[in-house]
Amino acid sequence: MSSPAAAQLSNYLVNSSLLVLTGGMVTFAAALASSRSLPVEAEEGDAAADADADLAAQPQAGVEVPAVTGGGDRVPSVGAVARGTQTAVAPTAVAPRGGASGGGTGTPPAGAEPAAADVGGAPASREDRLNGVGLALTWLSFLLVAGGVLARGVAAGRAPWGNMYEFSITACVVILAVYLGLQRRRPSLVHLGLYVTLPVLTVLGLAVSLFYVPAGPLMPALHSVWLVVHVSCAIISGAVFTVGATATVLFLLQDYWERTGKAPRASRRLPTADALDELSYKLYAFVFPLWTFAIIAGAIWAESAWGRYWGWDPKETWSFITWVVFAAYLHARATAGWRGRRAAYIALAGLSCFVFDFVGVNIWLTGLHSYGGLPQR
Amino acid sequence: MTTTGLPPSAPAAGMSTQPAPPPAPASGWGWLRWGWRQLTSMRTALVLLFLLAVAAIPGSVFPQTAQDPGAVAQYIASHGAAGRLLERLGVFDTFGAPWFAAIYLLLFTSLLGCVLPRARLHFRAARARPPRAPARLDRLPSHVRLATTATPEQALAAAAAVLRARRFRVDTAASSVAAEKGYARETGNLVFHVALIGLLVAVAVGAGLGTKGQVLVVQGAGFSDQVTQFDSFTPGRFANVNGLAPFAFTLTRFSATYSPSGEPLTFAAALALRERPGMPVRPVSVTVNHPLDIDGTKVFLVGHGYAPVVSVRDGRGHLVFSAAVPFLPQDGMFTSSGVIKVPDARPTQLGFQGVFTPTASISATLGPRSTYPGLSDPALFVSVYTGNLGLDTGEPQSVYILDTSRMKGPLAITALRPGQTWTLPHHAGTLTFTGVTQWASFQVNHDPGTGVAFVSATLAVLGLMGSLFVRRRRIWVRATAQPDGPTLLEVAGLARSEATSVDEEVAAVADRLAAGLPPPPPVASDEEEHA
Repeated sequence: MSSPAAAQLSNYLVNSSLLVLTGGMVTFAAALASSRSLPVEAEEGDAAADADADLAAQPQAGVEVPAVTGGGDRVPSVGAVARGTQTAVAPTAVAPRGGASGGGTGTPPAGAEPAAADVGGAPASREDRLNGVGLALTWLSFLLVAGGVLARGVAAGRAPWGNMYEFSITACVVILAVYLGLQRRRPSLVHLGLYVTLPVLTVLGLAVSLFYVPAGPLMPALHSVWLVVHVSCAIISGAVFTVGATATVLFLLQDYWERTGKAPRASRRLPTADALDELSYKLYAFVFPLWTFAIIAGAIWAESAWGRYWGWDPKETWSFITWVVFAAYLHARATAGWRGRRAAYIALAGLSCFVFDFVGVNIWLTGLHSYGGLPQR
Repeated sequence: MTTTGLPPSAPAAGMSTQPAPPPAPASGWGWLRWGWRQLTSMRTALVLLFLLAVAAIPGSVFPQTAQDPGAVAQYIASHGAAGRLLERLGVFDTFGAPWFAAIYLLLFTSLLGCVLPRARLHFRAARARPPRAPARLDRLPSHVRLATTATPEQALAAAAAVLRARRFRVDTAASSVAAEKGYARETGNLVFHVALIGLLVAVAVGAGLGTKGQVLVVQGAGFSDQVTQFDSFTPGRFANVNGLAPFAFTLTRFSATYSPSGEPLTFAAALALRERPGMPVRPVSVTVNHPLDIDGTKVFLVGHGYAPVVSVRDGRGHLVFSAAVPFLPQDGMFTSSGVIKVPDARPTQLGFQGVFTPTASISATLGPRSTYPGLSDPALFVSVYTGNLGLDTGEPQSVYILDTSRMKGPLAITALRPGQTWTLPHHAGTLTFTGVTQWASFQVNHDPGTGVAFVSATLAVLGLMGSLFVRRRRIWVRATAQPDGPTLLEVAGLARSEATSVDEEVAAVADRLAAGLPPPPPVASDEEEHA
């Protein structure tokens, strides 16, 4: 494929991904709206079924003093995150069975099935069908934008991570991949679709409208294997920070609703506050070492490109600030009185620092990392 | 979080979790102890982390002396009293400011005060036996029961074997087996924090013993690694400036390539290098991302530009100046500016202010601009001043700035192509634009802390992974002989790190035991219970 054709293809793919994802988001929103119209009994039935499923996932004292023969049946299978939900009011899942069986073995990637597969073989509700469609559109959008990144790499003849546009579209691929991966393991996360597609759409929209630059070669400072290592780690970190922050925002909302008892009907579809808190913690804890490594890889690269491994360049400074804030988050989780809401605020501050590091530094501050590709002011 | 009321976990990545004790002490020693406890509490560490993050912000917002002293001077000049106040506060040298140092030194003290006692505890725990089984295993979050016809002793021996095979540390007591795993979590945590101290030491060593110098070398000219040869030189406070690596090089050739739209593609400087006096000269190449390493001293290619070659005859017709004059690039297309000072010209000294464009075009609003960074259509736009250059006032002058306060001009301005000569007004002489050569600038660094920094950073990441990914957990197995029935086995587990569950592991251990032990005869009540 010649490189102008690949560049053109990449643009088509990214733009169509944007369109498809918009459709996905609207569908998720429609699903949420239709959940309001469900009769209360049905919801409570769901809740009971969910609670059962959750209980089944917990080894219960005294329930099982069985023969030593098989044993496989009563192996508590999963539910690290879903644990602790049996006391909560809100159901965590529409399809807990799928979740308990370890996540969509043989589920088609389009993912329409797990959402529709509901408890007790009852016909799929309108909400489930809509969620299924939303999920399918999200998968399609993911494949399109991933293809867009790939074509961009072909067009530029290098790793497609040389400017803000490329960074943004790749981050969208990773955010969607993280979400879809989590959702395959825990089908109930389909209800987070709206809240995940929203930030992805924002990033993708900004990318195609404001950050866009034509595919081209890189400045010599970027001719390095560290481009691949440093930048890919930074992109993945940013994407996981974003998914984590989405869970954190939902945690804060759910926590508020649970405390005040003012929960809107739609909130019942969300995981409990505890589960959301734990999910976000797992994401941050997973990605913090990666972010650390991204900074160190950057330092090694800086050492060979600019003659020093650390020089308090604005980008370095804000990466450091982001790192310190997330370090504070992890410490806060382990400090009495800081767990929960306060730690959540710190995590959101951390994401803000990351976003500023990525966008603000390129726009308002001058430094050596001046290859965002934005027009000079 | 777990659903039980049991103490959930060891801290994720940090220090002592206990809240600060109440301030009771009356004696000085007591206050000291109280102060130390406050400092080493996690709460204080949190506050210090926040302060560190906030204190770093001015360093990215305001120009920094270390990076751009010119911008700092300009900022102070254009902001008057506010600028001077900021300067006194050290804002233009944020990362060297006393308040910044105070924060990170307190933070590291706090860190040390936590890590040392925890290291001692961890060392003890790693050698101690896993804690005995709690009295009521069924209260633990993960709990499975089995029955077997084997004796309690046999069952416990089997349990110990199963747990050892899963690489648990196992301790067998009379009626129960205790096992613990995941010590690497705390080890990683400690390694991470100690590595941070190593990183601080490395930075301090680099700042104290290292040297940094910058030098601009015109093609064909040479450089030897001595303090006097640098354009700017920043030694660490304790650096031995007479002990610089004794190498020398000549810039044989600098080459750059550009894309059709003017994006730079490659830079390379070809050098003739002599590593030590007496050693043969050998050709080497320095490119961006590939510095030269001479016994720990690194030579980086950091910039490049054009140097118009100019000769000047004065009013008497004497050749008073002939050299390549480095011009500094002002934009990505290498519109470059520079000055030519001719102190030997008579009857008056001559000064020239010039703009060089590798590919010339003249914009109505911006004056001469280059439209491409390569040498397609080079031109030199130059204006002339006469009078006193001010070189003998004793004040240091930049070679890139013409002090026109004692001069007349600009008397005339012109555009020259290579080979053209300009006759200056008032019989002041002539200027010939002979041609163009290039220059490259190099950063010559010696940082003895780099190795320590690299090792520390690597250990920090590994430690961090251990402290966040390894799960610390305990499993207990108790065997109880029932008077008229099979032996009852209880398997229970407790996760000691956040957001983890031992359900799967407890179940797997139970399965393994079930597979290895003789089952009891079927009992009707079991079926009932199961249903």
